Amino acid sequence: MKVSGKVWKYGDDVNTDVIFPGKYTYTVLDPAEMGKYALEDLDPRFAKEAQPGDVIVAGKNWGCGSSREQAATCLTSLKIGAVVAKSFARIFYRNAINQGLPVIQSPKAVEAIEAGETIEIDFEQGTIRTDSGKEFTFAPIPEYVRGILKDGGLVEHVKKSLGLE
Amino acid sequence: MGKTFAEKVLGKAAGMDVSAGQIVTVAPHFCMSHDNAAPIAKIFGEIGVKKVWDASRLVFILDHAIPAPTDKHAQNHKVIREFVEEQGISNFYDVTSEGGVCHQVMCEKGFALPGLVMVGSDSHTCTYGAFGAFSTGIGRTEMAATWATGQIWFKVPDSLKIVVKGEFRKGVSAKDLILKIMGDIKSDGADYMSVEFHGPAIENMSLASRMTLCNLGIEMGAKNAVCPPDEKVMQFISDKAKSSEWEAIWSDDDAYYEKVLEYDLSDIEPGVAKPHTVDNYATVAESKGIGIEQAFIGTCTNGRIEDLEEAASILKGKKVAVRTIVIPASWEVYREAMKKGIMDVLLDAGCVIGNPGCGPCMGNHEGILAPGETCISTANRNFKGRMGNKESFIYLASPATVAASALKGEISDPREVL
Repeated sequence: MKVSGKVWKYGDDVNTDVIFPGKYTYTVLDPAEMGKYALEDLDPRFAKEAQPGDVIVAGKNWGCGSSREQAATCLTSLKIGAVVAKSFARIFYRNAINQGLPVIQSPKAVEAIEAGETIEIDFEQGTIRTDSGKEFTFAPIPEYVRGILKDGGLVEHVKKSLGLE
Repeated sequence: MGKTFAEKVLGKAAGMDVSAGQIVTVAPHFCMSHDNAAPIAKIFGEIGVKKVWDASRLVFILDHAIPAPTDKHAQNHKVIREFVEEQGISNFYDVTSEGGVCHQVMCEKGFALPGLVMVGSDSHTCTYGAFGAFSTGIGRTEMAATWATGQIWFKVPDSLKIVVKGEFRKGVSAKDLILKIMGDIKSDGADYMSVEFHGPAIENMSLASRMTLCNLGIEMGAKNAVCPPDEKVMQFISDKAKSSEWEAIWSDDDAYYEKVLEYDLSDIEPGVAKPHTVDNYATVAESKGIGIEQAFIGTCTNGRIEDLEEAASILKGKKVAVRTIVIPASWEVYREAMKKGIMDVLLDAGCVIGNPGCGPCMGNHEGILAPGETCISTANRNFKGRMGNKESFIYLASPATVAASALKGEISDPREVL
């Protein structure tokens, strides 16, 4: 499993309200449509310009606040490749995995990677490479979690485990 | 080495001896969902299981936008009613005078019980720790999977111990304490941890104040927050408990904690969280004179009878200078406030009173801000755009500070008007 894309870089403590505003939580229901509002109150350019495979690189505590899963779904809606952060808020971390969105904790990579760079992430190897030649390693994703990501999220994973496919 | 609360409760639920860091799979005693029960039902349908694992363990409480402000919200509620019917879910609080904000209802109706493992598809599910429960928020897909399988995995969290002693000074309350703690340890200061509140001051606190403390656990990144299941809890649940599976469980004195913090209530002053983060702490003394256009008293954080009473004691016989919205956390609170004459005091002061629910807290309805406006609120979040407009500003404070500020139209110290 690999992704490659442009870096969108943000700071510390980005909360779920600016990732997906609460006022849309019961009015925007189609996951395909959620991408249009992604990061609306943080960076209005993001939803318009982000391309499939692009990667968010952020500071500590990404996704703090509400348990709203749309904060992860709006990113998978845009086919964002991964979020790399210094640390993650707990509920966002679980939601992202459950939606099949890879989340990687790597403070060193976050320090060094710049906005607009192109990076490649190899999940099996546990490496992040930038187009300027920098390379970082991260702890491999636990097997259980990799299983969920591989199945494309928790729904497919549970279906498989219950033999409902 | 003794055990923490989290190690004991999760160990009991998993049926084995566990330590922090271990992964366990448990069957939750109750699963709470609010208006998001509809999208969860949709995901549940996608999984393909016909019936939820145990309908008696699901609790649905409508609160985020009630009564429905738009046709989309109405449709959302309709989907929930159909699912409730189809699955035979008896713990359902619709738009009814039995209802209110989900977390308030979970506590006052006796679902929040010592030693239970409870999950909710809302981040402030951590509130039930005030009654000694291990409770935590989860996302929609995870909730759907739990309905289908009856199982959820947890990493047994490390624990943070907060010891509180002393007495509050006049005009200072639990909200001021927790705002100060968040300012000190920041919004990720308890990331992934179980926060245990200890000490004589916690024992002296009302259950409502303990709910305020635990409610804000998530704003420090905590997995759960909890107070000791003492005599006050026992008395409260004695004729209300909705399950017989509860057990008073508390940590051992020699348990291991990642961190121990100590606070003396006599050091705590009225405080605020300034825009746009919950840990952007300042004292009211430092913030005095900042103009406001709206004041809001309510929510799962501070919409209980002691909160309304505190506000009424400040507003009695006076007039508010700005629009002041009061939303009791439940209809039970609403009734009690009527009986106690609090509603008259608030109305005489010029406040408007909304029907119990989340109100404008997350920007759905009943008090959205205009660009450039500032609101002082008793809620738990002041993120940019939270109350429906990204060009507005939210200050979080105690009911006393919000009431005092409403009188002057600017952030004001409640100690000067009490």
